[in-house]
Amino acid sequence: MSSLVVKRSVLLAKLIKHVNSEAKRLSSHFVYFPDNGKPVEGETTKMNMMQAINNAMDLTLRSDPTAVVFGEDVAFGGVFRCALGLQEKYGKDRVFNTPLCEQGIAGFGIGLATAGATAIAEIQFADYIFPAFDQLVNEAAKARYRSGGQFPCGALTVRTPCGAVGHGGLYHSQSPEAFFAHVPGLKVVVPRGPTAAKGLLLSCIREKDPCIFLEPKILYRSATEDVPVEDYTLPLGKAQVLREGDAATLVAWGTQVHVLLEVAQKAHDELGVSCEVIDLQSILPWDEETVCNSVKKTGRCLIAHEAPLTSGFGAEVAATVQEECFLHLEAPIGRVTGWDAPFPHVFEPFYLPTVSRCYDELRRLLQY
Amino acid sequence: MSKIIPSAAKLLATNTIPKSAVPIVSTSTAKYSTKKEATFEIKPYKLHKLEKGPATSVILTAEDAINIYEKLAMLRRIETSAGNLYKEKIIRGFCHLYSGQEAIAVGMRTAMRDVDSVITAYRCHGWTHLMGVDLVGVLAELTGRKSGCSRGKGGSMHLYGRNFYGGNGIVGAQVPLGAGIAFAHKYNDDGGVNFALYGDGAANQGQLFEAYNMAKLWNLPCVFVCENNGYGMGTSIERSSASTDYYSRGDFIPGIWVDGMDVLATREATQFAIDYCTSGKGPLLLEMETYRYSGHSMSDPGTSYRTRDEVQEVRQTRDPITSFKEKIITYELATPDQLKEIDTRVRKEVDEATKIAKSDSEIGPEELAADIYYNNLEPEIRGVSPDSPLQHIEVSARN
Repeated sequence: MSSLVVKRSVLLAKLIKHVNSEAKRLSSHFVYFPDNGKPVEGETTKMNMMQAINNAMDLTLRSDPTAVVFGEDVAFGGVFRCALGLQEKYGKDRVFNTPLCEQGIAGFGIGLATAGATAIAEIQFADYIFPAFDQLVNEAAKARYRSGGQFPCGALTVRTPCGAVGHGGLYHSQSPEAFFAHVPGLKVVVPRGPTAAKGLLLSCIREKDPCIFLEPKILYRSATEDVPVEDYTLPLGKAQVLREGDAATLVAWGTQVHVLLEVAQKAHDELGVSCEVIDLQSILPWDEETVCNSVKKTGRCLIAHEAPLTSGFGAEVAATVQEECFLHLEAPIGRVTGWDAPFPHVFEPFYLPTVSRCYDELRRLLQY
Repeated sequence: MSKIIPSAAKLLATNTIPKSAVPIVSTSTAKYSTKKEATFEIKPYKLHKLEKGPATSVILTAEDAINIYEKLAMLRRIETSAGNLYKEKIIRGFCHLYSGQEAIAVGMRTAMRDVDSVITAYRCHGWTHLMGVDLVGVLAELTGRKSGCSRGKGGSMHLYGRNFYGGNGIVGAQVPLGAGIAFAHKYNDDGGVNFALYGDGAANQGQLFEAYNMAKLWNLPCVFVCENNGYGMGTSIERSSASTDYYSRGDFIPGIWVDGMDVLATREATQFAIDYCTSGKGPLLLEMETYRYSGHSMSDPGTSYRTRDEVQEVRQTRDPITSFKEKIITYELATPDQLKEIDTRVRKEVDEATKIAKSDSEIGPEELAADIYYNNLEPEIRGVSPDSPLQHIEVSARN
């Protein structure tokens, strides 16, 4: 019996390895850097980001009797299987499918959260969130303010997969964080991997304001880490310094963090300089202090994101950095981003802010 | 069209047959059938706010039977090829197959006139071909190559053609556009009707109801066509819709339930809809009940929310191609040999186009910044490294 279990787990490991190598092949624009530090002590288990998100929702449904999970096809786990097994565990009245109606899903979630439930809504792709844009921007974000604090909908969390996946095309690859970053009243979070995803999602769910949780879909299966089994949260609004250095500050979120970690390594190997890499994690509010302190130290700042350049969130970071660190800057702030074009179907590799594009820009900053 | 063609065919028949050398043999063993037409009964329609529906007894000529069969076979073959290309990782991204639903597109197209227009969602490969885009135009778009009808920039969900306003990727988003296109038909007084297609899943999107209201308010020549295939992605209609009588969900818009597996029913209903809309009565809603054999898209195996037996049963008992084939053979409008010939030809044509779609090249990277604006006020696209600037360029002619 035990040998059978071992055999199975070996097979499973092989399968995961196969899936991972496949995913890497498809997403040649980055190499995943797993988290080594653990936010809490204690037992860990290997999870990919999909499983870590599943685990966070599982813990929530177990400990919070008012929590419900809903969205298109979540009954069998959703298209990316993040809710896998939750309906069997917690019943059809707590984990359920909605019709295909994003505006309705968001509005329903706002009502549910306002009435006191912990509402976890899934929008199947971030690209489909725009029908819900009005509900999120005009209703959710302003609910607390306009009711004088009486009717907030803070218990609403909207999870949605975002970002490039290798072949997604126009409507399955976008990163809409900047749209929501423009809306006071919302919180916007993007995790870079399983450990961060679990802690940040649990924070979003418990946060007293509505949160948009953008999950880079390429990481669901390609990012695997030893994730703490127990319940933990990571603070919203706090960036994380993943690599220390003094030559330049590299700022990103989501998948792009891994691109910049690779750039920093390359700069270390080829140029002999050390770069500081910061994962913003929270887009709204964002951690000005950590970023600006770093830039004051390094004198150079490079920001990278997949979304287009113009009015991308990098613009906000750059504006603040130049204001706060003007006298410390040794070079103009660099931005490497997706281009001001619709997310292209056949040009995805050209569109993305790849390692080589970011590295080129870094060299430009260093030589300025 | 179906009103003109049968009578024309009859005229032709009486005039040409005696002169031609074709022997008049009407046994089913002959290579070519010589029966001219047959009458078929259609499963009763269900009507919403209509006194009278389309005819339930329809005449099919041998000529139409052959044409329809060829189109049905072609659509199935295109999707088989698309499925294979996806599995070979030559089609990347998203790919939604129409197999099982062919009778809707083919029946509708057969009844449609040149002036009519169509807009649909992402299950659009077959529709594009029926609207006049050649096989290479369709298949090369799926593979993202330059001969594709959108130069490979749209992919499987964004195919376009004359009077075909596209495949659209966002569930339900195409339907209000349909109302706008219908308004243009009315405003330009060109006599055309717009067909705005959507699925049972999209039927629950709020913007449909906005579109219904505008269409009726302004009495637009718009036919809303709900292709009810039983599942909105992975959720069955019973679990997604408070009312599954989609033909009645336009409330103040009259509606008809149609057997979407019967190409003669969809053809007749479309003819009825054209007559209805062109007589100035405003919009009409058609629900065509059908079934999709594949999953929602290629990444959905389509078995986690329904049984394999269910799919198998539909294939065996309700398949729109098999049932049509049986009908026209039984009534001697065509012979098995004749249909086999069509199958062979269709397979060959699709295979050849597939070969081109595989070997054709992609457009160059300079087109990444092509055709974003009508008139590009900035010469260069933003966000490109200084040493490799990309220009905003125009590839397609501006109109």
